[in-house]
Amino acid sequence: MKALHQFIDNNVHPLFKEGKKLEKYWPVYDGFYTFLFTPGHTTDGKAHIRDGVDLKRTMNTVITALIPALLFGMWNVGYHHFNAIGVDATFFEQFLFGAIKVIPMVVVSYAVGLGIEFLFCVVKSHQIEEGYLVSGMLIPLIMPVDLPLWMLALSVAFAVIIGKEVFGGTGMNIFNPALLARAFAFFAYPTYMSGDKVWINTTGTEGMIAVDGFSGATALGEYATTGISQYSALDAFIGIIPGSVGETSVIAIMLGAGLLLFTGIASWRIMLSAVVGGVVMGLIFNAVAPFALSAEQQAFMAVPFWQQLVMGGFAFGVVYMATDPVSGSQTNTGKYVYGFLIGFLSIMIRVFNPAYPEGVMLAILFMNTMAPLVDHYVIQANIKKREQRLALKTVSV
Amino acid sequence: MADVLEKEEKAKELLIDKQPKEPLLSKKNRKLLNDPLNDNNPITVQVLGICSALAITVKLYPALVMSISVLFVMAAGNVIVSLMRNFIPNRIRIIVQLVVVASLVALVDQVLKAFVYDVSKELSVFVGLIITNCIIMGRLEAFALGNTVWKSFLDGIGNAFGYAWILLAVAFFRELLGSGTLFGFQVIPNAWYLANGGFYSNNGFMLLPPMALITVGIIIWVQRARNTKLIEE
Repeated sequence: MKALHQFIDNNVHPLFKEGKKLEKYWPVYDGFYTFLFTPGHTTDGKAHIRDGVDLKRTMNTVITALIPALLFGMWNVGYHHFNAIGVDATFFEQFLFGAIKVIPMVVVSYAVGLGIEFLFCVVKSHQIEEGYLVSGMLIPLIMPVDLPLWMLALSVAFAVIIGKEVFGGTGMNIFNPALLARAFAFFAYPTYMSGDKVWINTTGTEGMIAVDGFSGATALGEYATTGISQYSALDAFIGIIPGSVGETSVIAIMLGAGLLLFTGIASWRIMLSAVVGGVVMGLIFNAVAPFALSAEQQAFMAVPFWQQLVMGGFAFGVVYMATDPVSGSQTNTGKYVYGFLIGFLSIMIRVFNPAYPEGVMLAILFMNTMAPLVDHYVIQANIKKREQRLALKTVSV
Repeated sequence: MADVLEKEEKAKELLIDKQPKEPLLSKKNRKLLNDPLNDNNPITVQVLGICSALAITVKLYPALVMSISVLFVMAAGNVIVSLMRNFIPNRIRIIVQLVVVASLVALVDQVLKAFVYDVSKELSVFVGLIITNCIIMGRLEAFALGNTVWKSFLDGIGNAFGYAWILLAVAFFRELLGSGTLFGFQVIPNAWYLANGGFYSNNGFMLLPPMALITVGIIIWVQRARNTKLIEE
């Protein structure tokens, strides 16, 4: 390792220096270099204390936290595939099939996203930021397995260019880029992003078609259209239900959440208040279910509030998307409000509008827009409070 | 009193007449035509008339009809208001302008209903809303009220073209990517579609208003990247 480091420092480094031939590609080189080695940068300003946990380390932690969901998703894809075509398969076969389907999605997501980021960094001669590392892993996990890869690539391009680079790159985006990619795909290609055909791959094995009476709808989709589901709450908790690649298993997501909370990367305030918000809305629905307009809606409203939390992308969204430090609220009080409304709106959207069973996506994007407003009021309230305190003090003196 | 006013008016007219005659398409007048196409575009630089740019750009044909309608209303409105500019009492000028524009729009509406009924139905309320199109009121207020007929005419035409080309550009991308057609003709080969065993699918997002806004945004982005003097501090 030391030899490699020295070789790069002595032979590669000078090529990218100012005035040299490859100067233009300094951002790309710098990006890779700091990925491999801790840079010897020192601070320019007056502060000299540097935290060991920089942006790259933060991103790596989140990716590590995503691994359980990714691995489970791979197995789940294979499991449902062989189930649907009525073939018995071993655990290994199921996992292998899923991996063959999911890994190209991850590769396309990273290739397109990082490619665009590198391009922008070179053109604008910025330092390469690591923001896409997490988005690139999140995007395949929140897409259905049968989404054509070029649609995935287009969604990624949209999210990176319109969602991030336009606003000035990593740390400047208003919306969570991964969710923006999903929202783009959802509105652009609705037939590939919703319904009962896309969640389970039934064509992967040559000459095989789905068995009779097979339904590929997700648990939420079934509730929204018929009011009942063939999947129990336990199925949804373990994750053996159809859905986007990585969103199904609450257990896998909870493992990731544990790591994120333990390392302090994700905000526990947002997670907690989002769950509370979901519970509150679920309880409200349970209470008003008898007054629903249709029988299907009544059945959906009557779904126990705790079951709402394990279905669909609620858990995934709350743990990995809502806690995005860039697009969420910054103040502690604001985080409670922000999280609560995400949970509250997610359940509300999915029950009231069967066309959008994935309410959590829209709820988080909506609250991304509102986060600065929430922060503004929190800060103003604090200013007012302190002004009053000051006024009281001056009076007493 | 009235006498004095009349004399002043005459003196003014004499003054105007004494100015050297400039050619119809002098450099200044050409600027009136060219500026709104790029540097001072009513949509991308002044950000006016966005509402209709979002609403009627799903397909090229309605966008073209809309552009022609606005072109007519804008040119005629500018000319008429410019002709009347010395008689309009300042306090009620907005009402007078509204009456002029509203009569012209009513005329356009009737013509559209008579000759292109289906498009007229598609444009629905947006023909009527030309009356409140900020670009038209803006040009009447800012230009026609203070300039001669010919100049006002050029200004109206220029701004209408500036509006039209953005509208058509947005509609071009939205129709091509959203429906796979241009002016209603299938451009993307049918065999490409997934339903026919191909790989392609129309982008449904292009048909929704948010994508029109984003398309306008991208045009603004490209324009400012090419023309750096438009970038604000």
